[in-house]
Amino acid sequence: MSDTFFSGAPHWRWLIILYFFVGGLAGGACFLAALLDWFGRPEDRPVVRTGYYVAAWGAIISGLLLTIDLGRPLRFWHMLFQSANLPALMFKGWSPISFGAWAILLFGLFSVLSALGAMAEEGRLQTPAFHLLHRGALAKLVVAVAGLLGFFVAGYTGILLSVTNRPIWADSPWLGALFVASGASTGAAALMLLAPGRGATPRSLEWLSSFDSNALVVELLVLVVFLVSLGSVNRVWVSVWGLLLLVGVVGFGILVPLGLHLKPARFGSLATRPVVNAAKLVLLGGFLLRLATILASEGIDRYRVAVGM
Amino acid sequence: MPEAMGFFTDTTVCIGCKACEVACKEWNQLPAENGGIRELSGDSYDNTRRLDGIHWRHVRFIEQFSGPYNGRWLMMSDVCKHCVQAGCIEVCPTGAIIRTEFDTVVIQSDVCNGCRACISACPFGVIDINAVAGTAQKCTLCYDRLKVGLEPACAKACPTDSIQFGPITELRARAQKRKDQLRAQGVEAQLYGADPQGPLGGLNSFYLLVDEPEVYGLPRNPKLPSRNLKQSTSFSVASAAVLGVLALVGLRKRRMDEQPPSLS
Ligand code: SF4
Repeated sequence: MSDTFFSGAPHWRWLIILYFFVGGLAGGACFLAALLDWFGRPEDRPVVRTGYYVAAWGAIISGLLLTIDLGRPLRFWHMLFQSANLPALMFKGWSPISFGAWAILLFGLFSVLSALGAMAEEGRLQTPAFHLLHRGALAKLVVAVAGLLGFFVAGYTGILLSVTNRPIWADSPWLGALFVASGASTGAAALMLLAPGRGATPRSLEWLSSFDSNALVVELLVLVVFLVSLGSVNRVWVSVWGLLLLVGVVGFGILVPLGLHLKPARFGSLATRPVVNAAKLVLLGGFLLRLATILASEGIDRYRVAVGM
Repeated sequence: MPEAMGFFTDTTVCIGCKACEVACKEWNQLPAENGGIRELSGDSYDNTRRLDGIHWRHVRFIEQFSGPYNGRWLMMSDVCKHCVQAGCIEVCPTGAIIRTEFDTVVIQSDVCNGCRACISACPFGVIDINAVAGTAQKCTLCYDRLKVGLEPACAKACPTDSIQFGPITELRARAQKRKDQLRAQGVEAQLYGADPQGPLGGLNSFYLLVDEPEVYGLPRNPKLPSRNLKQSTSFSVASAAVLGVLALVGLRKRRMDEQPPSLS
């Protein structure tokens, strides 16, 4: 038996599952928006702006979810400053929850700046200072930092789980990589759903759809490697969570959307709006991935207590 | 600076009276579970079942019976191990968990914000949330009593000296002697956590066991959570790099696929 089976479950439930999903999606969307901002074409601007809005709202919602989930929410700032030694900063480079708190804060800051730039570009903010945030070197720098922090936020949640002593999470070093890939695919999916409303061109959507296919393939490969690396711990999947992982994540969240991207004609009624349907399924799969990996491990506490460990 | 202090628990003389559990609850003013209406476990005489935010001591009953008259009881008073290399301290993002001058590990309840990272980091399942405080809690090795020269409440209350408190070096020597004595009598005794070269740099609360660690609910080779940090980070960065390259290749392909603008 893996030594991880002797630890206690941290009661990370719905708020954290939702946070992992929203944070991953926002991070992935921000990364793609920044990439298109730097290397795309003028016709990609609607997607770029949508990406920054998704990132900013995602970061704000993530911060709220994390705070509400604390046992003492009003002490959330203890993660950023040493409460007994103000204004000294609180930062542990070796603790993912510590550097993650800073990453969320900075990601929020830079994605909101990028979103303000996007609003200025759309003419919704007239103050000249905001125009510095959508054209020129400063704007490029801000969105680059936001994009990199976005990918960081998408992946660190998996590293956070690995840097514990819990079954499944600490039994493999691949969760971070898996969450990065899932963040990228769900970020692209969110953009495919939302960007058309902001005037995205078919060419931008085509690129998003082809990137999403690639991200799904990477996600599937990393998921397989993750499962192989779990070894004997895989027996925990002989449960409702395993079914969810296989049917919900692999089937509906990866293989069906991949099929819709590559060979839509084979999917009957789903093929009427293949990109939209694929995007919805990718979002569902991304959510179920977090749900299954978190709750499968959380449930083991009950097992531990039940057998008197 | 005072020397490292801790517990040596000789499980062979524990009689399961739970005096330590009660003394701990009383001294630390820990609330009753479920308003004092306790559900019985139903399959064991052990109704506490686990350590958590309101049970900082737990007398574990291990009932090894293959028939009504054939078997044995093992009993172990379990507690925070006050690890020399503590996973809980390592991950705590608020600095609430500290190492004291007695080399023990204490959670400062007024600093903790209840993020619960320490619960999943502890290899022994020691910590949990105390619902009254809303913070993570566990044994403090009676830090308040140590400060004024008293021994911890549990060790004081233990009627058989199964829980012994003292300087770690002294306790280790005593534990070694006891192990040798039992082995000479043919008992398969072993020390768990007494070796400073062993896992986590040794445990400042260590045990004498007469069965495998797993039987007592103890991991054979407890590890620090940070063991996965480097590898996990590298794989995540690699995955991000692959996705970034795929995205750029896609953009380049799109540019190359574009028809050159017609001159007419
Ligand atoms: S046993 Fe757990 S709670 Fe106690 S010091 Fe070690 S890691 Fe921390």
